[in-house]
Amino acid sequence: MSAAVNAPAVALPAVALKDVRKSYGPLEVLKGVSFDVAPGEVVAIIGASGSGKSTALRCINGLESIQAGSIEVCGHHVGTQRSDAELRALRQDVGIVFQSYNLFPHLTVEQNVTLAPRRVKRIGNAAAKDLARACLAQVGLAEKADSYPEQLSGGQQQRVAIARSLAMQPKVMLFDEVTSALDPHLTGEVLRVMEKLARDGMTMITVTHEMGFARRVANRTIFMRDGLVWEVGGAEMFAAPRTPELQSFLGSEL
Amino acid sequence: MDIVFNWSYFGYLLYGAMWTLVLSACAFVLGGAAGFLVMLARTAQSRLIRQIALVYVEIIQGTPLLVLLFIAYFGLGVFGIEVPPLVAAAISLMINASAFLGEIWKGCVEAVPRTQREAAECLALTRWQAFVDVILPQAARIATPPTVGFMVQMLKNTSLASVVGFVELTRAAQVINNSTIQPFLVFGIAGTMYFVLCYPLTAWSRSLERTLNVGRR
Repeated sequence: MSAAVNAPAVALPAVALKDVRKSYGPLEVLKGVSFDVAPGEVVAIIGASGSGKSTALRCINGLESIQAGSIEVCGHHVGTQRSDAELRALRQDVGIVFQSYNLFPHLTVEQNVTLAPRRVKRIGNAAAKDLARACLAQVGLAEKADSYPEQLSGGQQQRVAIARSLAMQPKVMLFDEVTSALDPHLTGEVLRVMEKLARDGMTMITVTHEMGFARRVANRTIFMRDGLVWEVGGAEMFAAPRTPELQSFLGSEL
Repeated sequence: MDIVFNWSYFGYLLYGAMWTLVLSACAFVLGGAAGFLVMLARTAQSRLIRQIALVYVEIIQGTPLLVLLFIAYFGLGVFGIEVPPLVAAAISLMINASAFLGEIWKGCVEAVPRTQREAAECLALTRWQAFVDVILPQAARIATPPTVGFMVQMLKNTSLASVVGFVELTRAAQVINNSTIQPFLVFGIAGTMYFVLCYPLTAWSRSLERTLNVGRR
């Protein structure tokens, strides 16, 4: 499998998973997952539910522990043992956006965005305000700074969640099915923000059901099945899948 | 010549009511602080600390407040420690409240969705920062009604302090009734005073719930 997952040898990968294994009790959900993501690359992970794609993503920023293998992220090593301090250092470089937004409901949009920079990076109030304005402008929501999350639509909330992650100036962004909880007519605004991020050179790994997005925006797409990387390829993979499993998966998705 | 209820007796009841308030305030401040520590221990990462806190809560919740009061008042006296009735009452109410408030607040902390802590920790906040900035404010909102409810209960529980001779509202009424023998009148007035003290708390709780809910979850 590893032969199919070659990153260019010139640049050190931003993210590298090597033979990652993860079990919940007797159930092995990742059975030796390996792939590299180059800096500035956009990678989509597709696959049926239960294929391990979200778990793989969550392992990258230490939300899930791994039982074997290793993960290198921007110079941070994630092994089977990790300390809280190491995790926090890692998470300063890796942002994640969740399916259910997980905004802080008791804080305004601006406070949601500035909380981590103020607490973790200890930047001042004025600088935090400027940062929030810049990040919210990036997702097209500068005018919503004083709203509470509940007053926003799902698409807007998800864009705030992206801005909240961007405020920490991560080197890698993880997206965990970020449009799956949205009404179909709201997915477009979120995907457009992600496309813009990709064009601006952000390293992105996105677990998604949006095949159109994967084909159009991702440099490479990883198809996962049964806790394994089953097939990897560019946009051409969607037209000409090599494995019958991907073919039938794409047939069921489209 | 019969002794009958008059305004000076009423003044004495007011004096008792004042001490009821003082004792309640002491008990709530001390019990709240201790309850906060119990809540922290009950939600701690260390299993051992959680277990110790649980044993404490089980023991205190299973002990009548009156027994705690007797231990504080008579028990410490055995060791030659002279405890004034106010102090004994405040200590026993504090211990009682710490177990109940700790358990109420633990439930409120756990009622905040787990994903909130996850989101905060994914932004590189420490566990404590996530707790203070994200979990606690949301838990406090959930905690307001049951906490005020407990305050009302505690204010009425201060009447137990009368048995160790502390002159609060109930003890004052008892003293007056001993001379006037007008129990319906005297205890009726005392009961009304308790209501007057408790009602604003309940009303306050209701208004807090309304304001805290505006535009938010």
